[in-house]
Parts: sequence; C-alpha cells; structure tokens
Amino acid sequence: MALLSELKEMVIYGNMAGIEEKTKECLKQGLQPSQLISEALIPAMDTVGEKYKNGEIFVPEMLVAAKSMQLSMGILKPLIAAGDLKTAGTVLIGTVQGDLHDIGKNLVAMMLEGAGFQVVDLGTDVAPEVFVDKVREINPDILGMSALLTTTVPQMGVVVEALKKAGLRENVKVVVGGAAVTPEYAIQIGADGYCPDATGAVDWARQVVQK
Amino acid sequence: MLIVGEKINSSLKGVTEAVKSRDAEFVRNLAIMQTEAGADYIDVNCGTLIDEEVEALPWLVKTVQEAVDRPCCIDSPNPAALSAALRVHKGKALINSITAEKERYDAILPLVREYGAGIVALVMDDEHGMPKDAGTRIEIGWRLIERLLKDGVPIGDIYIDPLVQPISTNGNMGVIVLETIKGIKDAYPDVHFMCGLSNVSFGLPKRALLNSTFIALCMMAGLDGAIINPGNRRMMSVIRAAEALLNKDKYTVNYLKAYRSGVLE
Repeated sequence: MALLSELKEMVIYGNMAGIEEKTKECLKQGLQPSQLISEALIPAMDTVGEKYKNGEIFVPEMLVAAKSMQLSMGILKPLIAAGDLKTAGTVLIGTVQGDLHDIGKNLVAMMLEGAGFQVVDLGTDVAPEVFVDKVREINPDILGMSALLTTTVPQMGVVVEALKKAGLRENVKVVVGGAAVTPEYAIQIGADGYCPDATGAVDWARQVVQK
Repeated sequence: MLIVGEKINSSLKGVTEAVKSRDAEFVRNLAIMQTEAGADYIDVNCGTLIDEEVEALPWLVKTVQEAVDRPCCIDSPNPAALSAALRVHKGKALINSITAEKERYDAILPLVREYGAGIVALVMDDEHGMPKDAGTRIEIGWRLIERLLKDGVPIGDIYIDPLVQPISTNGNMGVIVLETIKGIKDAYPDVHFMCGLSNVSFGLPKRALLNSTFIALCMMAGLDGAIINPGNRRMMSVIRAAEALLNKDKYTVNYLKAYRSGVLE
C-alpha cells in the first residue's frame, strides 16, 4: 500500500512538517488507525532502531523520527477506543535516587514507545519506595532503571532488594543500564538483564514479553 | 590553559583492575605519559571501587606523586575518600567537586579550607538539579562563588564547571555552556573554569572533531581549564592554537614550543 509506505518513510526520515497531513490523508482513504500504527509507525521505528544500531543514523535523527511518530500518534490515539489500543507491554522506567541524568533514560523510553510499549516514566532521582509502590500499583511487565554515576549505581541493588521484601520481585522483569552500569553488576544484584543502549533495550523488552 | 589529565579513572578500561591489584607501575606510567604530554594536574578517580575508595584514592595520589612532580585533581563526591587522599597529597590539590546542594556543600567545604585546595564547583543546586538554561546556571554560579568567598576560599581557587551535556538530544546545550561561561566570567573575571568536554558529542559521529572545535569556542568564552586526555594530539594542538590566537600565549612561545616538539597536527 503506497500510502502506508509513504507514512512509514516520513517517520524514518523524521518529516515532522508533513506527517500530520499524511496521517489525515491515510484516514481519509479509509485506513484504520490501528493499522497505521502496526503497519507503518512501529515498523518505521524498527527500521530506525536498526539503522542506529548499524551506525547509519545518529541520535538526533532517531529523535526526530520518534517525534514524527508522536505527532502521528497524537492524531490516531483519540480515535482508538481505550481497550482496543494494543500495547506490546508495560514498562516502568526511571533514574535511581541521587542521580539526575535523564538523557539515556529518555532515549530508552522514547524507543520503547516507538516499539509499541506503554511507558510510565518516573523521571530522575527516584527513591526505592517510589519504584516499589509504582510496581505494585500498575503491575508492569518490565522495570527499567538507569544510573550514570558510579556513586548511584548501588541504588539499583537497593531497589531489587526492596522489591523482594515487598514480595513483588517475581511479578516484574528488572533491567538496568547507564554509563556506570556493567553487565556483571546486573548479574550481581540479581537483575534480569542489562542493556547497553536504547535499541538494545527494545530488543530485550520484546524478547522478555514474548516469553 | 590548565590541563587536567583524565586517564587515571577507574571507569576507563584496565584502570579498575590496576587499582584493585595496586599495580603501581601501571598507574605511574599513566602519570608519566600524561605529564610528558602537557598535563598540569593528574586526575585520580576510583569511584567504581566504592567499597575501597577510602584506601584506594590516597594510594593513587601517593603513587602518582612518586612518579611525577605534579599535583592531583582528586575526583570523588565522598568526603571520607577525599580527606584520606588530601592527607597524603603534596602541594596544592584540586578537589573535584562541590555543588550548591546543601549536603554536598557542607561536606566538602571543610576539606577545601583545611587543605587550602582549589575547588571545582558544579553549577547545580537542590532546587534545579542540572539546570536546563544558561540563566539559572549563571545564577547558581554567582551564588556558589559568593558563598565560597564568604567561607574564605580565594577567588583564584574556584574553578566553575558549567556542565557540558550532549547537543544530540538538545541542540542548545553547546550554546548554554558558552553563555554560562561568559555570564560568570563577566561578573567574576578572576574566577577559573574547569570541565570535561566529551559529553558534548555523545550520539554523533567524528566526536573528536566536535570536541576540539567546542574547546576552541569555550576558550573564546573564557574557559581556562579542561579535563582531557593530554595524549590526544588534535585536542592539544587546537588548545595551543587557540591560546595563541586569543593572546593567552605571549609571543606564541608555547605554540612554537609545541611545534618544535612535533606535537602539533
């Protein structure tokens, strides 16, 4: 379908100026909102992730692609009944206590949304009890934590322990990332995974949710 | 331009292992290499070894100063580790770092005073965290300087860090740093500056090009210190050239010296 592939291209190349127009055109031609999402927007972000991983495109290009997708979603979402919006899964995400870095965490959240996940972002400097309470409240498939500082990394272990204590550890997959985090540390604290970047996080999240 | 050599940092490859096993030769070599390449200070950071930082940090200081005649930039937010390292340090150390966050300020200030050290001050506070605009950063910088002066730290011992962040996720981040440096320098001409630069190019290709161009722009705004790898010849060449062009290098003595020693490229 020509229109679908045009819409897809507009996401991949980050055509923020034209994408809303194109989305409306698709709808006028009788295409279903859910179809636009599953057959154009999400595949487009998959391509973007792939290109980023291969070093063909860079962070700013990934950013405008995601923003383009968000513009299109802004039109489509209100047209879909709440229950009908299929999500790939729910991810709770945040930067640990004492750490104010959000750039990597935001990129991860953005790419997960692009892949069709529902993302709940707790922001930065998130206390362990806030992570635990939110896990209890929304029962996400995945909890993702970020830390950029060597001094705040140990907070990730604190959160895992707090989840255990609250009896919630088995309900959620825990994944960690950020410049100061290593795969060895993830194993050491008993996290389920470590991801080095935003596209790695999407691959990991899909695998985990499929299981 | 004050060059702080960044290579003795346990988040860099091989350094954690060397510090853990107290491999003095490894550390000495890094210190000598950086000093020969033009480092004025040697940064020491073992933050990844959080359980033994209090023992490891002074060991690093001693090991470095046995090998080279340079002061250290002692890099840790942990007052106990800083204190242990300052105790064995010879000469005037640089502490990295303090902020306007209350807890951090109160913990670090006594060490600055006790040892008469230079202090790197990040433009962060409790209310704003890492501010997203230059105006707030400048204001926090001014407040930090006033507070430090009142607490007896001489202006020439203060090194403001304007917080370099990536332009790939916010296109204005380079400009914000330039404006912050300029805004603080205009009000306090005798204050110094110190920052790492490589964050600016995160997420983009040919990072060395962006990093070295950015340092020239920052020097124009008033930057007079940087935490870099002095073995990076391109970066050092740009610094020497910018110093000459900005008349920070009388009769271009250092530029010509660098030329004759074959390091310019």
